[in-house]
Amino acid sequence: MTVTTATAPAPRPAQELKPRGAGTPRTPGEGRMAAMLLSPTLLVLALVIVYPLISAIHQSLFRAESGLDADGFVTEGEAFVGLANYADLFVGESGRRFLNAFGNTTFFTVTTVLLETVLGLCLALAMNRAFKGRSLLRASILVPWAVPTAVSGLLWRWIFQSDGIANTLLGSEILWTAEGTASKLAVIIAEVWKTAPFIGLLVLAGMQIIPEEVYEAAKIDGAGWWRQLGSITLPLVKPTLLVAVLFRMLDALRMFDLPFVLIGPGKESVETLSMLAWDESNQLRYGSASAFAVVLFLYVAVVAIVFVKVLGTDVTGAKQLGLKKHRSKANKATRSQKAEATR
Amino acid sequence: MRQRSRNWQTLLTTTALVTAAAVSLTACGGSASEPKATANAAAAFEGKGPINYVSNRDASGAANKSIEEWNAAHPEEKVTFIELPDSADQQRQQLIQNAQIKSDTFSVLNLDVVWTSEFAANKWIMPLPEDAVPADQMIPATVNAATYRDTLFGAPYYTDGALFYFRSDLLKAAGIAAPPKTWDEMKAACVKILALPEAAGMSCYTGQFDKNEALTVNFSEAVASAGGSVVDAEGKPTVNTAEAKKGLNLLVDGFKDGMFPSDAITYLEEQGRRAFQDGKVVFLRNWPFLYASLSATDGSSKVAGKFDITSIPGTDGPGVSTLGGRNLAVSPFTANKGTALEFIKFFTSEEQAQKRLALSSRAPAYASLYEDPAVVAKRPFFPTLLESLNNAKPRPKVVQYGATTKAIQEEAYAAITGEKDTDTALTDMQAKLEEISAK
Repeated sequence: MTVTTATAPAPRPAQELKPRGAGTPRTPGEGRMAAMLLSPTLLVLALVIVYPLISAIHQSLFRAESGLDADGFVTEGEAFVGLANYADLFVGESGRRFLNAFGNTTFFTVTTVLLETVLGLCLALAMNRAFKGRSLLRASILVPWAVPTAVSGLLWRWIFQSDGIANTLLGSEILWTAEGTASKLAVIIAEVWKTAPFIGLLVLAGMQIIPEEVYEAAKIDGAGWWRQLGSITLPLVKPTLLVAVLFRMLDALRMFDLPFVLIGPGKESVETLSMLAWDESNQLRYGSASAFAVVLFLYVAVVAIVFVKVLGTDVTGAKQLGLKKHRSKANKATRSQKAEATR
Repeated sequence: MRQRSRNWQTLLTTTALVTAAAVSLTACGGSASEPKATANAAAAFEGKGPINYVSNRDASGAANKSIEEWNAAHPEEKVTFIELPDSADQQRQQLIQNAQIKSDTFSVLNLDVVWTSEFAANKWIMPLPEDAVPADQMIPATVNAATYRDTLFGAPYYTDGALFYFRSDLLKAAGIAAPPKTWDEMKAACVKILALPEAAGMSCYTGQFDKNEALTVNFSEAVASAGGSVVDAEGKPTVNTAEAKKGLNLLVDGFKDGMFPSDAITYLEEQGRRAFQDGKVVFLRNWPFLYASLSATDGSSKVAGKFDITSIPGTDGPGVSTLGGRNLAVSPFTANKGTALEFIKFFTSEEQAQKRLALSSRAPAYASLYEDPAVVAKRPFFPTLLESLNNAKPRPKVVQYGATTKAIQEEAYAAITGEKDTDTALTDMQAKLEEISAK
């Protein structure tokens, strides 16, 4: 699992102090020391991640087989059903609900992350410029991100109620919180409002480490604003942006509280996989609830792996360390020089 | 097995979040199987000593006063108040988790009336002896709601019923002497009232029609008011009847004819209150708690002094309200069952119910308290509420209440939004409920 990547940066300080070639072997004592230092972390991770995961997978193989006896009392037993809980994800009523929730989850993830990225980039570009009141703008942009999701859900619920301000401003009579496309739109708007600042701030941090000389050089070569954006800002900010997008995607995939509070539980238009798992466990069907949770976990894991492997998202920041950093900068510089040269 | 069950509690609430790699997962694990013992738990209420009373919050402080009084008289059998979260779902979840691990922490449980069947059938609460509550002095529906398969499992603590709020000023202006008792009378009254210049832009009626427990309430009331029922005494669904169809059609036609405001499908209690308070509807079905804010004379209510209440309408006469409220029950896993039973008797006695009325507006289970002039002076809606409660019926008494109410909400919502016609919705609802009750 990705737990290993989480612990990877730990030996970093040693490397930083004493840069070592790739082939240098570790002394046995060093390895033991590292293992000892890491063991509390690993233990906690095993306790809060590995154990619940295995337990959830185990639970998803069982199903409560309850019935009523003649006096109306529940006769309960738990039967091992193998993969039946998973098979049920694709047939009948439960299958319909699962596919609907799966579709919603994917739809929300794609749309919100896309909008957030575009908006976040714009925010970062705006904040990156030197102008009066910049620090005030930066602080104010953070506000939506600081509001707890459940609270922002309530806030938007007021905005979107039938006689709320959204309808007043639009002059419309849209029932945002009823089943239908409008409720999807309401969730997307509220989610983007809340999380675009997150991407904005991360990207801003990435932009601020781009050296000013690169831009000066580009200016001297006659590159306009758009050219600078496309050839300098975006390529150099890409590693940060990818991390931000990855974080947002994984977060969006387990979206729960916003649709729950804003639109309400049990509304199929906005039901996500997390909500479905909650609903199942609320109805004491722990087997299928676990199956939903496991599927969601696999989905999230696949997305994470694809992102890290294919797009080369640098989650741990390892590439940006030491020599590599300079090298990549040099690469970029040569690349942009090449770009200039080809003009 | 016991160990495994304990893990269950920890796991259910565990949301595991892989932070650095940001892989996240909601883990719900665990089990609570263990075949239940078949011996009748009616056995014995034995053991005296300190107990815990687990309940929703009582902001009025009235429940605390009762407990203080008990504790002063029973220093050896002290009762500790354990407060649960405000959300009913969370309360239910905590109570069930404690029952599944057979924890002896919770002794006396405060249960929503609709949970009675589920808790009783799972043997998470004990059958009470006949003399635990003075059933003949209580409103029959409240005792009915505390009963599962003819056995008393809970002691009615407080109750709630629907009230029918109407704009008495508009009725008067339209020359209508008495408030409507049936849906037809209400429709006829609306035709007259909405023709008035002062009622321009108003809608006739609203209840609560958002996809929520409130829709189950409104649907059950409509069906019962039309002479039908959602489930029979055995818990078998009966929504494929002509009466059920008539009931659902009351709601469906209300939307079709424009009698209800079109945004009423997003209404819960609060939105309905605002619609009525802002003068958008003539008639409103809602709970008694609204009465105070509607009659507020500080300018917040546009309808203060202009409205009155009666029982909700039916098809041939007054309608049938559903029942809200709470029951107290004893957990079979607690050590001091004797104290628990004595405490329930004390707490739900008429004397304590009367004392609590000084602080709390929660409606007592005792009919006589509704006629006390001192009480009525303070809560003018009590006599009407009693009428409503005398005619009330509990919501479907089924073991799988969660799944049942969800199925009802889904199909009733589909019908009132016009996604399905009444027949299809009810056929589908019947099929879903049959599947649930067969489990």
